[in-house]
Amino acid sequence: MSDLITDGKATAAPHDGLAVLESRRSTAETFGIPLAVLAELTHRCPLQCPYCSNPVELDRGGTELTTDEWKKVLTELAEIGVLQIHFSGGEPTARKDIVELVQHATDVGLYSNLITSAVLLTKEKLSALAGAGLCHVQISFQGNEPVVADRVAGLKNAHQKKIEAAKWTRELELPLTVNAVMHRQNLHQLTDIIQMAVDLDADRLEVANVQYYGWALKNRAALMPTLEQIEETSRIVEDAAIRLKGILAIDYVVPDYYALRPKKCMGGWGRQFFNISPAGKVLPCHAAESITGLEFESVRSNHSIAWIWQNSEAFNRYRGTRWMPEPCQSCEFKEIDFGGCRCQAFALTGDAGNTDPACTLSPMHEQIFKAAASEAAADNNRFLYRNFAGGTLETEGEHGA
Amino acid sequence: MASRNISVSEASRPKLPRHARLKFDETRQVWVILAPERVLAPDEIAVEVLQLCDGARSVADMIDQLAAKYAAPREAIATDVLAMLQDLADKGFLTEAREKTS
Repeated sequence: MSDLITDGKATAAPHDGLAVLESRRSTAETFGIPLAVLAELTHRCPLQCPYCSNPVELDRGGTELTTDEWKKVLTELAEIGVLQIHFSGGEPTARKDIVELVQHATDVGLYSNLITSAVLLTKEKLSALAGAGLCHVQISFQGNEPVVADRVAGLKNAHQKKIEAAKWTRELELPLTVNAVMHRQNLHQLTDIIQMAVDLDADRLEVANVQYYGWALKNRAALMPTLEQIEETSRIVEDAAIRLKGILAIDYVVPDYYALRPKKCMGGWGRQFFNISPAGKVLPCHAAESITGLEFESVRSNHSIAWIWQNSEAFNRYRGTRWMPEPCQSCEFKEIDFGGCRCQAFALTGDAGNTDPACTLSPMHEQIFKAAASEAAADNNRFLYRNFAGGTLETEGEHGA
Repeated sequence: MASRNISVSEASRPKLPRHARLKFDETRQVWVILAPERVLAPDEIAVEVLQLCDGARSVADMIDQLAAKYAAPREAIATDVLAMLQDLADKGFLTEAREKTS
């Protein structure tokens, strides 16, 4: 999800009178309030995807913010200048108050997105959400057919339910984004997934290669693509983007293990993004709690959200470039990628302040790239499913479902 | 999607689709278009034209109105407005008003 409202997504033609607000760099230069915020309403989810972006230590249902607490948060976000709210999870529709929260977002003037697995949606629920002012629906898909998709999701009939929900979305004339998380065990379906998105009348398709921290790092051996797969993927995406211009917009997130430069994760730590965890922690990224030793402030504290964004230790620790060690500090790209991903640096080197090993200039890069390539070649396909019990290994024929 | 690939002419009565919201951002003191995963900042002229796109007014009416307001040749205004609207439509920020709702 590092691609939510980041820069460089749409470059306006000179004569259409449009400019992407982020490209003015106002947020980046002043650390003004982000344009969009991710609200992770719950970590509960009927799916068990082995690459789940939630932390391995999940927030239990009892710790979640109440309806009134979320409403207060939404009101405060709108007041300080946030424009869009992404309702995510876990599965956001697992919250019984989802329609009420969308309605409140509408009432305070926020543009709302629902980022959902869709398996809990009914036509009535989706219709109620549309009536409450929901602006956009993003549905995740694990493949283009049930055999692969239901196994990855760890839930029987999940794929069929998603297809139905996607059709209802378009019947209600809500714009639809198909999110396809890609890895070694479903990349062979990419061409078919692109066609599925066209057939579902989606407006956008996100082809997002798995990012390897948290659950995905635990499952890296089962998920890591081969270099040949990645080259083929890039070719397929480039061809489709040209072929489907004006029909389907495609956003492509490359796997950074095979890149030369690290990704500009979150647009830079504390520069243009924050999210709020189910328990109310204000985080620089949805994986930030994986970094031990950082204290995150809560919306339940005495501090305002704007104060937490501007002043809290966790946001300021890796903000800008002054914290950087070598080789980042003297690097000509330091203002371009901001040293890559802090969570990945922590997960792979034990220190979130190190250069992201995805960068070829990291002393760890060679070793990690080789480990990933050998894991991909070993082709051990057994998943560790995501759940509140710390994960469950896939058993023969069970699919964890 | 019905709104895709529309061709803008003087007879069109365009409007913003429900997923594109034109709004004045009080915090930043700029007009913005809110769209899925995007926040765009239209320039002054685009804002003025978009505010006229209410699904009832035809493009011809919009051109007349702007030509009168700026005391400019209708032909020049027409060329600019049609090009701008077509571009906005191609990007998914304009749709055609439906007959039944007009």
